[in-house]
Amino acid sequence: MVEEEGFRRYVAHIILWIGIAIVAFPVYIAIVASTQDNALIANGQMSLLPGGHFFETYYQTIFVGTSGSTREPVGNMMLNSLVTALLIAVGKIAISIISAYAIVYFRFPFRMPIFWLIFITLMLPVEVRIYPTYKIVADLHMLDSYAGLSLPLIASATATLLFRQFFMTVPDELLEASRIDGAGPLRFFWDTLLPLSRTNMAALFVILFILGWNQYLWPLLITTRDDMQTIQIGIRKMITTTDALTEWPIVMATAVLAMLPPVFVVVAMQKLFVRGLVETEK
Amino acid sequence: MANVTLRNVRKTYPGGFEAIKGVDVDVGDGQFCVLVGPSGCGKSTLLRMVAGLETVTGGEIDIGGRVVNQIEPADRDIAMVFQNYALYPHMSVYNNMAYGLRNRGMAEAEIKTRVEEAARVLELSAMLERKPRQLSGGQRQRVAMGRAIVRQPKVFLFDEPLSNLDAKLRIAMRVEIRKLQRRLNTTSIYVTHDQLEAMTLADILVVMNGGQVEQVGNPLAIYEKPATTFVASFIGAPPMNLMSTRPEEIRSQLAGSAAADAGILGIRPEDFVITDQTPAGGVALPLTVEAIERVGAETFVYGSREQEDQRVAATPGELPPGEIIVRIPGTEAPAIGQKIRVAAVRSKLHLFSGDGRKRLEA
Repeated sequence: MVEEEGFRRYVAHIILWIGIAIVAFPVYIAIVASTQDNALIANGQMSLLPGGHFFETYYQTIFVGTSGSTREPVGNMMLNSLVTALLIAVGKIAISIISAYAIVYFRFPFRMPIFWLIFITLMLPVEVRIYPTYKIVADLHMLDSYAGLSLPLIASATATLLFRQFFMTVPDELLEASRIDGAGPLRFFWDTLLPLSRTNMAALFVILFILGWNQYLWPLLITTRDDMQTIQIGIRKMITTTDALTEWPIVMATAVLAMLPPVFVVVAMQKLFVRGLVETEK
Repeated sequence: MANVTLRNVRKTYPGGFEAIKGVDVDVGDGQFCVLVGPSGCGKSTLLRMVAGLETVTGGEIDIGGRVVNQIEPADRDIAMVFQNYALYPHMSVYNNMAYGLRNRGMAEAEIKTRVEEAARVLELSAMLERKPRQLSGGQRQRVAMGRAIVRQPKVFLFDEPLSNLDAKLRIAMRVEIRKLQRRLNTTSIYVTHDQLEAMTLADILVVMNGGQVEQVGNPLAIYEKPATTFVASFIGAPPMNLMSTRPEEIRSQLAGSAAADAGILGIRPEDFVITDQTPAGGVALPLTVEAIERVGAETFVYGSREQEDQRVAATPGELPPGEIIVRIPGTEAPAIGQKIRVAAVRSKLHLFSGDGRKRLEA
């Protein structure tokens, strides 16, 4: 760090604080709003200081749900989101590490065409292939199920590519030493490659968990039952009400709750995550 | 306890490139065989073929009386030390050494005995719980050796194991490897591009060039009687002076022997003496001193001959044509620019056919 003289340092700090305020203010508003009385918010008289309905609102949000649009407790929505996000993250890592292993370490016919096929799917986001995917999931009777929520999102070209790039940096001699040490392909994968990929897996897990948690379009399409909806869909449904007043404190509480798991994952895995992104030492 | 025999071993890559063009080598039980040659000569490929890491496209590799061409590396009863050590980065030193034994289903107690014994020999006992990244280069090197030793294989294979170490450590480890090999009495094949390492380690030296064996034999025998100009200039540092016998000056001095047919004359730098006399049957050359290198115990004199262009460019041509290196003991040396005469006796002359592929006895 360059030591700046007093005045310039204060300016820099002020700018940084403004930046933090811009990012943090909406979050603060959400937290404050979730503790206020709904009537106050609806009148546009919301105070910028926390109100006194914290426990009441959060209890109702988690265990009861709104009284209007969707009567599903948010606790259940969070469970759905959590299961979906975990299935997607773990599934993606498992599938892509195995396919990257096959592509990097085995010489089989059409290896490169297969690699390019996987690679090309990078260019097809969920939105583009959504109709055929929906049709397949519907035909397999997977609508309104965890399988339907997670399976179509598991195949991942990005993660495969990432693991491929990582495997290519692993020195060939490690494989050769393993062969001489009597380790077959599965042994090498399990004993050497997986432990070496630990930080990469952690980094990917963080990214993929958040990706899975924030899924919106796909769950919106394939969940019709209230008890299968994810928290992202829940928030949306709570806001749109036809004749009743939007229950803003509950909406805000739900939004706050929706933020917590990704924050928790990032904080818990931060060390591994950063190492996974920057580590080069083998 | 095993011989290693290579019979007309060949390696052709799918693209048609022939990396090994028929190699015959016989390494006796307990012998230390060194494959030496410039980079790209196929020495590493040959070693990897013995290890089973490269397929053999022709000929036979025989370890301990068993043709191993189709046998997996793990089942050949060999252990290999890699240039970059190839230690498992996530395993402790102990586990690095134990891994191969566990994969073979050895009892944990026996593994412990073997690893601890190897660690004691290699002075690694205090580091068994460390990870490779917490070790210095020399220590990693030892772990790689330990991993080979605990297996108690029939054959050790070394692929330039010392080239990642600094010069001082390299010499120390070289001596250690030799001592260890003597004590274990395990047949070893060692690849290096460093001719000094090759000379000091080998029982049998195999000099390779362009996928072929140039010469096989005892290192000193090779040094004294190199079979080709390639070997002559590769073994020994600084390299042997090679010159054409065409000029009258040299031709006249060589008259009256097999030397008449020779196309190339070779004289080692240390076989020259600065003198005004011409030894009987020997060769004397007038030189102008161009440069002097004093390294303490000896001095190298770089001189140019009157007629330039006479020196034959040897394969790893290290000297410009017409330049001669003379090695003299001590630090006494002529001044730069001085004209001197150097001479070598008959028995120190090396004569080769014009293409450098054949040695002629004088």
